[in-house]
Amino acid sequence: MSGNGRSRDPGESVAALPADQPAICFDRATLAYGDRVVWSELSMTVPRGEFLAVLGPNGSGKTSLLRALLGLAPLASGTLEVLGASPRRGNPAIGYVPQHAGFDRDVPLRGRDLVGLGVDGHRWGFGRLSREDRLRVAKALEAVAAGPYANEPIGRLSGGEQQRLRIAQALVGNPDLLLCDEPLASLDMRYQQEITELIGGWARERHGTVVFVTHDVNPVLGYARRVVFVVNGRWAAGPTDEVLTSERMSGLYDAPVEVLRVRGRIVVVGEASGAGFDIDEPHHFPAPVGAPQ
Amino acid sequence: MIDQLLHLLPYAFVQDMLLAGVLVSIVAGLVSRFVVARNMSFAVHALAEVGFTGSAGFILIGLSPVLGLLTGSLVTAFFIGTLGLRIRERDAVVGVVMAFGLGLGVLFITLNAQFATEAFSILLFGAISTVSQGDLILLAAMAALTLAGLGVMYRPLTFATVDPVVAEARGVPVRLVSILFLLMLAAAVAEAVQVVGVLLILTLLITPGATAERLTAQPGLATAVSVGVALLATLGGILLALVTAVPVSFYVTTIAFVCYLAARLGAPVLDRPRRPRPT
Repeated sequence: MSGNGRSRDPGESVAALPADQPAICFDRATLAYGDRVVWSELSMTVPRGEFLAVLGPNGSGKTSLLRALLGLAPLASGTLEVLGASPRRGNPAIGYVPQHAGFDRDVPLRGRDLVGLGVDGHRWGFGRLSREDRLRVAKALEAVAAGPYANEPIGRLSGGEQQRLRIAQALVGNPDLLLCDEPLASLDMRYQQEITELIGGWARERHGTVVFVTHDVNPVLGYARRVVFVVNGRWAAGPTDEVLTSERMSGLYDAPVEVLRVRGRIVVVGEASGAGFDIDEPHHFPAPVGAPQ
Repeated sequence: MIDQLLHLLPYAFVQDMLLAGVLVSIVAGLVSRFVVARNMSFAVHALAEVGFTGSAGFILIGLSPVLGLLTGSLVTAFFIGTLGLRIRERDAVVGVVMAFGLGLGVLFITLNAQFATEAFSILLFGAISTVSQGDLILLAAMAALTLAGLGVMYRPLTFATVDPVVAEARGVPVRLVSILFLLMLAAAVAEAVQVVGVLLILTLLITPGATAERLTAQPGLATAVSVGVALLATLGGILLALVTAVPVSFYVTTIAFVCYLAARLGAPVLDRPRRPRPT
């Protein structure tokens, strides 16, 4: 149910780094903006080829975790290693899929151009894509089946189509690590499944590592073997089945919380409003479903 | 009318005007694409008006009004760029800086009363017909600088404009790019003022980009269309003004506006979906 059936093949390795080199390693890492501590003393290792879901209510520091990995938010203390080195801006081995915000209807950009920017948008200068790069763009478009609408204005495409192009843009650089920030937000169920399978399929085939930020764990239950749950500056990390339990979640929220498994979905129910947060709020983790009481 | 034009073309002052028009149009057409995509029309307005204050100040102390204009817009760009980093506060910052700049302008004009009228009407409405060889060299240098700057940052600027979140994640220094673009915009404003003047600057720095955006979603083609519209408006305006008694800036704004209207009316035709959309 939680993806534990999928076994990792240790013989499969990526790029030049040794296979036993973890993709990500947090060691007593603390992130703070001024006086406000986002999360503290985070220690967690993510092996290569792993699919990690980052869970927690809004404002709990999930996006900040991605920013730390991208080298955009320096740690206040502790260490972080990404693909065997300190995080640095513009690491070409990292692909990034942002939250689906939707492009303006009139933005003068085609899907093909968006993917092209993933190849050379960060380079200074004027240049055009080389033949080889254009071929890579075409392949990336094909991999997400976006060929039929690659030449249309991106603002006229549906949310699911735009998000497919986002994934092509992130994968065109052939990354080892894919960071996704709520890529399913505001997509309907069918698109959520398609997008999750595109990302999960890439991870399986390429033995790539995925860090997937989401406020609802259910769409990725079949993929994420490992989760980290952040709330109120605290965190819990580990295999999905061990973290998403009533005991762990109650400890994390410091309030009675019950984790229920209903028809293959996970539902967290709690009466935590008095503690300064409210996990029953619709946009918070997880989507509240009528719990048997 | 054609005869008249053919008769005028060999004159050096006409050729100088046309050359100045070409230089300004190329820069304006290119920059305009980003002005429109980045929603910076209000900033263009502020850069021009405070540029006016700059030239009034420079006239007052006996220096070149063109350099004063450039100084005024560059200082404004610096303030807008450093104070208005977040999109939400940018509009307000532009307004605040512009208001103070205009206040200074009022002071300079008051102190300058005796010879102000002519110099100021030139600044307000453009003065391409008085372009000198020296102006032309300055204009060419400014155009070269702006084009070089745009050339260097074309790709990261495009990325940061259409897709800022991913651009930042991919290592584009989004803040730096944004400030550099403002400085380049200030130079372009100072240049375009020569043709259309402070009050009509919006014509060359906004209309071409807005027209192009209506016609195509292909970035390269849109840039070409934008430069084309700027050239058509400027050169057309200069030539029409030569054979009539109406000022250049009237024709430039009119041609640009007609292009925009035509694009708005024509766009639905180009807009037809090219594939059957699932319903």
